[in-house]
Amino acid sequence: MTDFSRLGVAAIREGVADGAFKAVEVAEALNARVSAAKALNAFIIETPEKAIEAAQAVDADRAAGKPLGKMAGVPIGMKDLFCTEGVQTTAASHILEGFVPTYESTVSANLWKAGAGMLGKLNMDQFAMGSSNETSYFGNVISPWRRNDGGNAALAPGGSSGGSSSAIAARLCPAATGTDTGGSIRQPAAFVGISGIKPTYGRCSRWGVVAFASSLDQAGPMARDVRDCAIMLEAMAGFDPKDSTSLDLPVPAWEAGLNSDLKGKRIGIPKEYRLDGIDEDISKMWDNGIAWLKDAGAEIVDISLPHTKYALPAYYIIAPAEASSNLARYDGVRFGLRDLPEGAGLQDMYAATRAAGFGEEVRRRIMIGTYVLSAGFYDAYYTQAQKVRALIARDFDNAWASCDLILAPTAPSAAFGLGEKNADPLSMYLNDVFAVPASLAGLPAMSVPGGLSKEGLPMGLQIIGKALDEQAVLNAGLAIEQRSGFTAEAGEWW
Amino acid sequence: MTEYRIQGNTGEWEVVIGLEVHAQVTSESKLFSGSSTGFGAEPNSHVSLVDAAMPGMLPVPNRECLRQAVRTGMAINAQINRWSRFDRKNYFYADLPQGYQISQLYHPIVGEGEIEVTLNEKDPDSVVKTIGIERIHVEQDAGKLMHDQHPTMSFVDLNRSGVALMEIVSRPDMRSPQEAGAYVKKLRSILRYVGSCDGNMEQGSMRADVNVSVRKPGGDLGTRTETKNVNSIRFMMQAIEYEAQRQVDLIESGGAVVQETRLFDANKMETRSMRSKEDAHDYRYFPDPDLLPVELDDAFLEECRASLPELPDAKRARYESLGLTAYNAAVLTAEAETAFWFEDLLAEGVDAKQGSNWLMSELFGALNKLGKTLDESPVSPKQAAELLRLVADGTISGSISKQVFEIMLETGQAASAIVEEKGLKQTSDTGAIEAEIAKIMAANEDKVTEYRSGKDKLFGFFVGQTMKAMQGKANPQIINDLLKKALG
Repeated sequence: MTDFSRLGVAAIREGVADGAFKAVEVAEALNARVSAAKALNAFIIETPEKAIEAAQAVDADRAAGKPLGKMAGVPIGMKDLFCTEGVQTTAASHILEGFVPTYESTVSANLWKAGAGMLGKLNMDQFAMGSSNETSYFGNVISPWRRNDGGNAALAPGGSSGGSSSAIAARLCPAATGTDTGGSIRQPAAFVGISGIKPTYGRCSRWGVVAFASSLDQAGPMARDVRDCAIMLEAMAGFDPKDSTSLDLPVPAWEAGLNSDLKGKRIGIPKEYRLDGIDEDISKMWDNGIAWLKDAGAEIVDISLPHTKYALPAYYIIAPAEASSNLARYDGVRFGLRDLPEGAGLQDMYAATRAAGFGEEVRRRIMIGTYVLSAGFYDAYYTQAQKVRALIARDFDNAWASCDLILAPTAPSAAFGLGEKNADPLSMYLNDVFAVPASLAGLPAMSVPGGLSKEGLPMGLQIIGKALDEQAVLNAGLAIEQRSGFTAEAGEWW
Repeated sequence: MTEYRIQGNTGEWEVVIGLEVHAQVTSESKLFSGSSTGFGAEPNSHVSLVDAAMPGMLPVPNRECLRQAVRTGMAINAQINRWSRFDRKNYFYADLPQGYQISQLYHPIVGEGEIEVTLNEKDPDSVVKTIGIERIHVEQDAGKLMHDQHPTMSFVDLNRSGVALMEIVSRPDMRSPQEAGAYVKKLRSILRYVGSCDGNMEQGSMRADVNVSVRKPGGDLGTRTETKNVNSIRFMMQAIEYEAQRQVDLIESGGAVVQETRLFDANKMETRSMRSKEDAHDYRYFPDPDLLPVELDDAFLEECRASLPELPDAKRARYESLGLTAYNAAVLTAEAETAFWFEDLLAEGVDAKQGSNWLMSELFGALNKLGKTLDESPVSPKQAAELLRLVADGTISGSISKQVFEIMLETGQAASAIVEEKGLKQTSDTGAIEAEIAKIMAANEDKVTEYRSGKDKLFGFFVGQTMKAMQGKANPQIINDLLKKALG
């Protein structure tokens, strides 16, 4: 009997289409795996009936000889940032606990239309703010990975899409949605040895996705290989008139366009990413990546992205500024939590509701964002950060004169242990140091597994591409995948 | 005209006024959602997911609202900004679901313009003053709180939430309540001509924030106060009067004006402090990251310009050239609804002078008696034109037309039908008239003699008697001719 947990998106789709197995069998098998993996805490809620329902529809369509969608019969996990009609959507916060949208986000609707089914809503950092999943109101997700030191320290699955990364790495689902504001797809993908791509800003509609930082938020797929990412991204992307920042462009046939021959491609290696005291394993992995791409026919060039060191500070001004305003709607008036102390007035209700409903990291970022936008500080912080953002984008524009893609590590280290970094927000923020520049510039960027650290933990290689050139990013990812020989898996301890 | 001055103990004071007028944009749907903008609907029946700021909802600009703002800008000869942007104004209030209002602080869609204001529009010699407009920007309206529905709770109606407003910001160019009143009247008229706002102040489609300060004539500007949300021209003038006097009294008694937000209490006819500068919100404006900048192309601007109607000042000049008195031209153009009614009348082929005289005396008089506005007139321009044509071609006399009009107002019947039914057609049957003249002369031999001996004035007596005998239906010109012949 087929072990459905070992099949990826393409394999499930093809098996269902060929009649090798029924979509319902896949859904049942994965529902069972999800329900047996509660120790990982990857899901906030499970929706086995949704997965079955979608699978039955695909099986019926196939029986009726109807054409099947790009994701037909593939059960996936849905990050709990996407509003799902009739299914609780919380952004892993207390303030939205019990909130059941009457509408479906454009991205999730696109996936259902393509024949995917929903296994459940995935845990995440609260409002997508975090790099370790420790800010979730529903408890942190645990990575299926463990260090090879014989200990059983619980490791961070990365964040904010840590439910997604953990569930895929634990083979609870072949793929899941993620969202990336400053690395939230790429860093968790790197931490658990899977692939994930953040497309060009505007490729995926933000309509129905709980907003963190509007100018940065971008949805993307996470899966166990590059081809699966290409398939799923095709299903997710597309112009949406309901999102003013959505790109009015046709969706390229990324899957059909996959080609790991990189002859004629120039890969830029940014010197500024070679930080002092860079982790030795990370550095070695990067060198391996360079060698693999060379082997695939690419030319390697040294480039400079001079404003890189200002990216993280600028990001931590812009993202909280937007968040402080985006999260103002959680006020206890129309939906979600309301804390109305006896005799309280309107202002008291706001204060009580928001104090009770937002976690510490969310409150911290609202405070930072409120501060940087306030009178007297706006120019010094927000305006300055926007200028830096423009300079970062210009760095990339200049770089494209001498290269077509950029290769860098995804994160400065392999996964850290839960609780190791959450006492110091700054060291946590540093996790995103390599991820944030591409976010600020709105560029497509992908993480693919690059090898294991000395501790036996996965590390990710990041490929950054020109705006709209997801194809080149995916192709380079494929070239690495074919050469890295990365087959390591987390042992099934849960 | 004499300048408006407040007489204080220390001498004369000058008032400086600037206005921020909020005008609701005429559009089917809201600024960033597809919800209806209809007034007076059941609470919360015109609310989309976007208006209620549900999680993950995004604004999409309504092109029509931007078009109306641009057309309004063009009507006041303002600079139109081809590149503008929306900003978020952040504050918490229960009628503001997003926790921010989408507005335009840094880059408004319309820049500087001006409006010519005639202090007394009915006086052709009245002073004309130019009031500068600083900017017009587009923003969302808030919802409405209802405090009278529950003993301890307030209710929120979001029907108005997200409706498009134009904020039209004047320069501090006004110096009296009268000037401010004339400015708002003129602005309202322009908005209604353009069709970008219905100008209905009672329904809140237009309201003003009034900035007032006082100074010694020609001196440095004083500290201003802002009186919020004044919703009638009369109240606004009262608020200015009160506020200016209050400031003078305060300064002269050794106090100082505090920059603050005030509200006008129409019952007590006074302004009251709402919040001082210290409690003022820090709105933390920043560009709305959900929206792209608004870029206007040539075709869009061209369409906006081409769709502008003839504006009040141009129309007034044209009416004068058609032979209307300056007074009539001014009255007919002051309000868009009057001008449009008159235009409809002209379109039916009615002579401009005949039409304007009839409209201003007969129709206005009748509506006044009925307590109705022109929009509620029981007689349409088309019906009126028929009546006026019957007079012009001699079918009925001017005096009979008044009778016919009365019946039209009551019954809504067509003029020709009334004339036919009541037999009011003017007669030109000389035989019938001659027979009546003969009878009258026979019955009044003494007067005939007096007339013939030189008492010319008695001619009017014979005309009156003949018309009476003919029950008013004889053609007056024919009566004149026949009488002259008979009396010799």
